[in-house]
Amino acid sequence: MSLKTINAAPGFQDYLPKEYQDLLEDGPFFKQRKVSELGSFKEVIEEHPMCSGCAMTLFIRLVYLGLPSLEHTVICGTAGCGRLAISQGAVPFIYGNYGDTNAVASGLKRGLDIRFPDTPKDVVVMAGDGGLADIGFHGVMHSWFRKEKFTTIMLDNEVYGNTGGQDSGMTQKGMVMKMAPTGKKFEKMDMLGLAKTAGVAYTARIAPTNPTRVANTVRKAVLIAREVGPTFIQAYTSCNIEYAIPTPKVMDDARDVEKDRYGFVEYFSDDAKAYWEESEKERKRLRKAEKK
Amino acid sequence: MSDGTKEATTPQLRQDDPRDRVASPPAPGKEEIEKEKKGAAAQRVVDPDYLILEAPRKKEFITGSEAAKESIRRANVDIAIAYPITPQSETMQQVGYLYAEGYIKDYYRGEEEIGVMSAIAGASRSGVRCLTATAGPGLMRGLEAIVSWPGARLPSVLLVMCRVVNTPLAIQPDNVEISYLLNAGGIVLHGENQQDFYDFPLVAFMVSEKPEVTLPAAVAVDGFFVTHARGWVSMPAEDIKLPPRDCYHEAVPMMDNENPPIRIARDAPIQKSNFISYQMHASWQQEIWSAQERAKKWLDRWLGGLIEIVNPTAKTMIVASGAAVSQGREAVRQAGEQGLDVGLIKVKSLRPFPGKELDEALDHADKIVVPEFNYVGWLSKEIKANIKRTDRVVGGPRVYGGMTMPTELILETIKDSNER
Repeated sequence: MSLKTINAAPGFQDYLPKEYQDLLEDGPFFKQRKVSELGSFKEVIEEHPMCSGCAMTLFIRLVYLGLPSLEHTVICGTAGCGRLAISQGAVPFIYGNYGDTNAVASGLKRGLDIRFPDTPKDVVVMAGDGGLADIGFHGVMHSWFRKEKFTTIMLDNEVYGNTGGQDSGMTQKGMVMKMAPTGKKFEKMDMLGLAKTAGVAYTARIAPTNPTRVANTVRKAVLIAREVGPTFIQAYTSCNIEYAIPTPKVMDDARDVEKDRYGFVEYFSDDAKAYWEESEKERKRLRKAEKK
Repeated sequence: MSDGTKEATTPQLRQDDPRDRVASPPAPGKEEIEKEKKGAAAQRVVDPDYLILEAPRKKEFITGSEAAKESIRRANVDIAIAYPITPQSETMQQVGYLYAEGYIKDYYRGEEEIGVMSAIAGASRSGVRCLTATAGPGLMRGLEAIVSWPGARLPSVLLVMCRVVNTPLAIQPDNVEISYLLNAGGIVLHGENQQDFYDFPLVAFMVSEKPEVTLPAAVAVDGFFVTHARGWVSMPAEDIKLPPRDCYHEAVPMMDNENPPIRIARDAPIQKSNFISYQMHASWQQEIWSAQERAKKWLDRWLGGLIEIVNPTAKTMIVASGAAVSQGREAVRQAGEQGLDVGLIKVKSLRPFPGKELDEALDHADKIVVPEFNYVGWLSKEIKANIKRTDRVVGGPRVYGGMTMPTELILETIKDSNER
């Protein structure tokens, strides 16, 4: 399909839906928005069918905020709760087959690099714990071993929420779930350890308690993936339905779990550390120069 | 190096290396790569009509895998993704040599077939020309991804070198796997010999990327009979290639985010139980099969018709696809020597299926014999579903699990059916 077919002709922009015009005039494209600006500009996602109080939705909203160039980003997902929100975002989204995210992203990223050698096109996988640690596990691991240059974000609600509450590999040991009627028999999978073993350039574990930190972590992960190699964010995004967390208590739960077992950690490979320190220095230098 | 990586090295070949150097040539050396890089850089884009139909050709005596390699050399492929399985491996490893020589921009060995077929889905969405190949159990493993390609409108070419898929596991020729591809929604061509394995992939790329088609295409051949045996293949010079994929002239937008702000989810989840989602799904499926029909004119143009007819007035007609066609040709010749009037129809395209063409070409026939390299007889079922007076169809002879098909078997089937 021709690019012209799906671009608004200048004379007709005034007749397009208000949402589209707002995105053009006051959206997060071609400029990095900050958490402090939330509520003052048009976000790429506003309406969605997620459950009331869902922490995953807040996290996804913050991911969109952190992405360093939304106008050159494509997101890959798979079945699960998250895609119900992600597919409402004004960013191209590939909803593939079960657990195919990291293989699709590998082909997509390589193809985009062939077509756009001078424009960084960011590919971001955003899918659930079941999609990435269970059914898509081998694809995730092999994309890491191959050093594919894209970011994988796990929306870890520790359950198959979309199918009604079955245990995943990321569920804690002992939890009674719909397919673990006597309690889950094995430990929560150590995806962070596996990422390190596979040579992932940057790994972070995070809960959605500190919005600025979430946005910064996402930005960091995508920029490092662009230049150095695969990056991975494992995010606690509780399921308040299956874990029976009262809606007003969702953030209390996030803070408790963060304190107990999901504290913020990040790990850089040597290459990633060197790259990040250098690019931070450069950013500071540019900021100073701007002020002058 | 400290991180465990090594400079690219080629292992020294053993003098008593037992491997088949013809069917499985080793990777090119540095000098050869440098020479070929110049050849790749000097290739020029030509009109597909010229490359496929008009360019002067020379004959070479090569294996089917080599014929496929020569086809890919001229196909202007951007990315090829490989995974080994017998009898396909020889082809995709030679495609890898083309990558080393600069004819292909990116190439890697994927984790297994689900991973490879999914990566093709990603690469095709990015707008580049992509290729993969598999065989038998590999096709079965990748099928979940493969059947999702047509709905996502993903042009690409999949080479299929057919082999046994059933238990007990075997690597022998048997093309039952094609029956699983027939309802996937993509274009399916079935090559007879090494020549077809050169010609068909080039046609497949061009048809697959036509705006009114925008579908993946599979080119199947019967493993070993075609891939590992040599045959005469006529080909144009190496210095020409197809035009590149023109992804902005296809049925759907690319997933390249060149149009922000836009919400593209070409494969949007339509999972609500209401009549709008039923209608969306239904029309989407209808559109895929309509696109197949629209592919026919291009296949006609570049394949010289979806079918080929030999001795068209004979009352007994053999109808076959793949390697069974070659056996059918020889059976027609031997039948002539014995005073029997037998004709042959070669079915080149299985999807779109030339139902109307077959019905017309077979209208005069009293007997229709369908030799097949599989137990289930999928081609005979297809023919019965598309022609009038189906009691004329003799489903067989059928060989499977690696058996060859002696022409005597076809002649006996013809004689037996005449006596009945």
